[in-house]
Amino acid sequence: MARAVAVMGFGQTKHGRRNDVNYQELVYEAVKVALEDAGISPGDIDAVVSGSMPAPMEGVNAPHLYWSDAMAAFGKPSIRVATCGSTGMSIAQCAFYHVASGFFDVVLAVGAEKMYENDPQGTMETVADPFFQRPFLAGAPGVFSIQANQYAYRYNLPEERVREAAAHISVNHHDNALDNPYAHIRKKITVEDVLKSRIIAYPTRLMDICPSSDGAAAVIFASEEKAKRFSKKAAWVKGLYYTGDEHFFGDSDKVVWESAIIAATEAYKMAGIKNPRKELDVAEVYNPFTFQELIFYECFGFCDRGEACKLVEDGVVLGGGDLPCDPSGGVLCTNPIGATGLIRVGEAALQVTGRAEARQIPGAKTALSHAMGGTDQFNGIMILSSEL
Amino acid sequence: MAKEEVKVMEGSISLPYRWALGPVFTKFFDEFKNKKIMGAKCPKCNRVLVPARKFCPRCFEELTEWIQVSDKGTIRTWSLITFEFSGQPMPPPYIIGLIDLDGADTAFAHFIGGVELSDAEKVKEQVKIGMRVEAKWRDKRQGNIHDIEYFKPI
Repeated sequence: MARAVAVMGFGQTKHGRRNDVNYQELVYEAVKVALEDAGISPGDIDAVVSGSMPAPMEGVNAPHLYWSDAMAAFGKPSIRVATCGSTGMSIAQCAFYHVASGFFDVVLAVGAEKMYENDPQGTMETVADPFFQRPFLAGAPGVFSIQANQYAYRYNLPEERVREAAAHISVNHHDNALDNPYAHIRKKITVEDVLKSRIIAYPTRLMDICPSSDGAAAVIFASEEKAKRFSKKAAWVKGLYYTGDEHFFGDSDKVVWESAIIAATEAYKMAGIKNPRKELDVAEVYNPFTFQELIFYECFGFCDRGEACKLVEDGVVLGGGDLPCDPSGGVLCTNPIGATGLIRVGEAALQVTGRAEARQIPGAKTALSHAMGGTDQFNGIMILSSEL
Repeated sequence: MAKEEVKVMEGSISLPYRWALGPVFTKFFDEFKNKKIMGAKCPKCNRVLVPARKFCPRCFEELTEWIQVSDKGTIRTWSLITFEFSGQPMPPPYIIGLIDLDGADTAFAHFIGGVELSDAEKVKEQVKIGMRVEAKWRDKRQGNIHDIEYFKPI
């Protein structure tokens, strides 16, 4: 039987254009804060798990070797985990397995990216196989936009209604990012701004899309005994799951999206959650594109199929709603990809321990964190709670 | 964060690759040259998977039964690409799509063409999900995915 696992420390850098530091220094910045947050020293770390996007993004292959010094990994077991956009979630889940298995008591999880150092879409396109898909899955915006069009068509939703709901998500998350000192894009915008921003990949417009960011995050996972000894503010991992679709995009349905549905269903089952809409207090949904967030609401059981626009229109998932999503501003305002999924976990931990400062959802006890990776291929979820 | 005084070292990595197609994709593209799109049928789930491949990703069965599917089909979804990035197959604007070819159980990714691309509103009038399309084959075919230039509305 797996042991109980806690998140007992979280550190993140200020995200954005960070050419004031090199890749190692960026990682060091996040790790240092996480160690201070947990109140431990590098010697207390038993093992290190880290990862990023495909290495061409920064042009240093096997970057966990390059980061090693900045992660206090000297003399410790160290492993790289990389699953594209879901890397940060995979790092978190791998660190969980390390502790839950009983092999390690304190594990440092690190994710980072420096997206200003290359053309991220050029790297992302090479995630698709070279024979059949690569020319046609035009970076992230192409993949997510064909999914968005399919969603509206499936439920016979007027394009204007879907666009408007997506725009409200964008405005809400941008407002949230104003409360987050670490966020990359911190700017007040209006629904009109989103609707009128230029098309990048129809139907997706500039303000429906996340930025490319530099940034790093570090989360410290610990056994019950260590967490109780070091930390008065642990968040407990109550459920998790990670799963994928086939590699060929056209093989599976991306509206009733199996990997997202299974990840949520299994994580809820482990956490004992029967009605996510009622039992979750807050969710950090991985949302590089506004339209995709609508699909996730349905896959995660926040509403019925085809009802996501109504969830936004009723304000349920916006600030002040029953199930506020992405109080950090989410991926839409900050996306250093290798770190992004781990930031979702860290932000969820802050929420359930009442430490999210200006972005705190009052009284939050149970939080969902999520990440998605590949050409819409993988989804992972981790549920965190204030109670063991 | 400092802006002006930081130093950035520029560099690039350009590496050649030789990607082995394997016998199944080799055969697929040999047939493609002859304007045939081949799928493979899974003996367990009975789905016709396009492109043809060695094994079913769900059932893990080896696929030996090849079935020619149509070069006509229905648009499952599409997007008009208007942004630029490194390694792009052609300068934007262009349309990418997923096409449910007649006789296939999976969708085929390709370009949708033969339509006026000057603005999104015009594209929306010409390209719709559920619309019938057919392959526009190139006259000179080399045994790769670009032997079809694009799928055009019928």
